[in-house]
Amino acid sequence: MKNTKTIKVDYLARVEGEGALFIKIKDNELQDCKLKIFEPPRFFEAFLQGRHFTEAPDITARICGICPIAYIMSSIHAMERILGIEVGGQLRELRRLIYCGEWIESHVLHVFMLHAPDFLGYQDAIQLAGDKPELVKMALRLKKAGNELVRLLGGREIHPINNKVGGFYKVPEKQDFAPLLEELKWAKDASIEAVKVANSLECPDFDQDYEFIALHHPDEYPFNEGRLISNTGLDIDIQDYEDHFEEIHVEHSNALHSIHIEHGNYFVGPLARYNLNYNQLSELTKQVAVDIGYDRIVTNPFQSIVVRSLETVYAIDEAIRIIENYEKPEKPAVDYDIKPGIGWGCTEAPRGILYHRYEIDEKGTIKTAKIVPPTAQNQSRIEEDLSNFIPKYMDLSDEDLTWKCEQAVRNYDPCISCATHFLKLDIERE
Amino acid sequence: MSNTKPKLAVWKFASCDGCQLSLLDCEDELLAVAEAVQIAYFPEATREVVEGPYDVSFVEGSVTTPHDEERIKEIREMSGIVITLGACATSGGIQALRNFADVNEFTNIVYAHPEYISTLDTSHPISDYINVDFELRGCPIDKYQLLEVVISLLAGKRPAIPTHSVCMDCKLKLNTCVLVAGNEPCLGPVTQAGCGALCPSYNRGCYGCFGPQDSANTDSMTEVWRHLGVSDDTILQTFRGFNGFIEPFKGASERLEEHKNH
Repeated sequence: MKNTKTIKVDYLARVEGEGALFIKIKDNELQDCKLKIFEPPRFFEAFLQGRHFTEAPDITARICGICPIAYIMSSIHAMERILGIEVGGQLRELRRLIYCGEWIESHVLHVFMLHAPDFLGYQDAIQLAGDKPELVKMALRLKKAGNELVRLLGGREIHPINNKVGGFYKVPEKQDFAPLLEELKWAKDASIEAVKVANSLECPDFDQDYEFIALHHPDEYPFNEGRLISNTGLDIDIQDYEDHFEEIHVEHSNALHSIHIEHGNYFVGPLARYNLNYNQLSELTKQVAVDIGYDRIVTNPFQSIVVRSLETVYAIDEAIRIIENYEKPEKPAVDYDIKPGIGWGCTEAPRGILYHRYEIDEKGTIKTAKIVPPTAQNQSRIEEDLSNFIPKYMDLSDEDLTWKCEQAVRNYDPCISCATHFLKLDIERE
Repeated sequence: MSNTKPKLAVWKFASCDGCQLSLLDCEDELLAVAEAVQIAYFPEATREVVEGPYDVSFVEGSVTTPHDEERIKEIREMSGIVITLGACATSGGIQALRNFADVNEFTNIVYAHPEYISTLDTSHPISDYINVDFELRGCPIDKYQLLEVVISLLAGKRPAIPTHSVCMDCKLKLNTCVLVAGNEPCLGPVTQAGCGALCPSYNRGCYGCFGPQDSANTDSMTEVWRHLGVSDDTILQTFRGFNGFIEPFKGASERLEEHKNH
């Protein structure tokens, strides 16, 4: 079949985890496009059954080394809903603070180490550092500030150990934040520079009609709490998530595709959060957004790199606010009695909403667990992006088309380790 | 090793990506490392692929699929030195909990079409398939231990990684003992150091991220915990954690299971 063409990327780089892309083109028409997730299954939902509910944060953290706080916090909130406890005041603020740290380290890692090289034509950030050492050094220092924040509150950057159901094992003294606060003040200015750099990158013209879904809270940009809303009128409590979304198991993926029932695929992550929660951003972040003309709905996924940078400004600004107002709480955690029930947790991982549901018995043993990670929710939407994107760039060489497709996938900062429960690229032309 | 830069490859098996991320988390040292070694294969960080053979391969993750059983052997063949990174690669990881259960049941719980899933019944450490030159412990690994490994490779020496217990680090930090003074079940006495006695420093018991220490007396640990009033079920689950499939943690949990069934 001389008109059939297959281009292969067996292992998509600069994403977290193992995935591939299969694209088949016949007579210059796109025939098939599949995002394959071959990251081996690890069966977290199965082996959580029979474990004690207090173990869920530490165990589910191990789903992802890049966003453990998201797993820790979604599971903790689900358990607290079962137990009927609310964690407020400074403990609630500290939970926002550690989430700020995770957004900073994860966003800066993606913007500069994983995504920017695509826009600038480098294979990786190390190559980029050869030409622009100061930029990469700035990015590394920014990333480190986020990691330092997670380390200070959580004990270590990856799989932190200090969060628990009810609060924390140990809370810091006010003066513990002093050196970090100085670094965050540097980071605030650096992150505004980073927004300008991201905004200077050339993006393909590719505005799409999306259903954006994110948490929404009237008083704050969402990390841990809020209702699930969309730009198409969805507005639900997280406990109703499974009435509105279903997971479909498709053959080419070890991750389950999520679908908004009667609506189809949808978009979670920075673009969704930003478009649905612009008013909740800090004054500084809005000013930076206005300065670059981003006080608007953003529907070009390639511009997610700018939005991710704006969210980094927000996370740093919010972290400074929390630290400056911090007063050490009397107790590191609130007390509770174990009781059986079902609970739901949904928090905003750097890549988008992460849903957990648990059922526990009277002894606190987990009977069932369900986890829906952000990349699984985006997977179907990524495939549609590619289906819309490839026909516009059919004239590119296989090599250039492959790279552009990879870049389009990386718009979503996919985390395949999370989704498996991802990328090899085959382009087949006929 | 020759005068040219050593070629480094980073491979991933079943894992969370956290251990290889530790290399990117060396923010102050990353560019220096990239100058000292040739990063020849590291898909999490670069789309460039330099063909093997490789001087050094870092392997993250455990073997859980028929395809990976073959892949790890190919990696051994094209690598001078193989170093495993972290609990998954060294002990099978948290996903080795399936080794104590029926994997078909697990697949049915998670997936609507189990027939689409290709997986082994078990999750095994890399050393169950190939000779491994050095194993770096931890869930996750400690980035400074990783740097020690890189520096040692460049210097041609064996990495100086301590093998004493978490307990000893705790004493050095002058922590109050969470087990003796706080009645907290703590795996510190039987777990290898590497985290800096992190959990006890945060007023909680160690849960064994760095795996068993050389001369761990797990049965004695069980008795101490029983004495504290900890239930056998809880002790069993604690040994059966992120390093649950490596001896002597494995044996300790199996003996508790036998005891329960008699």
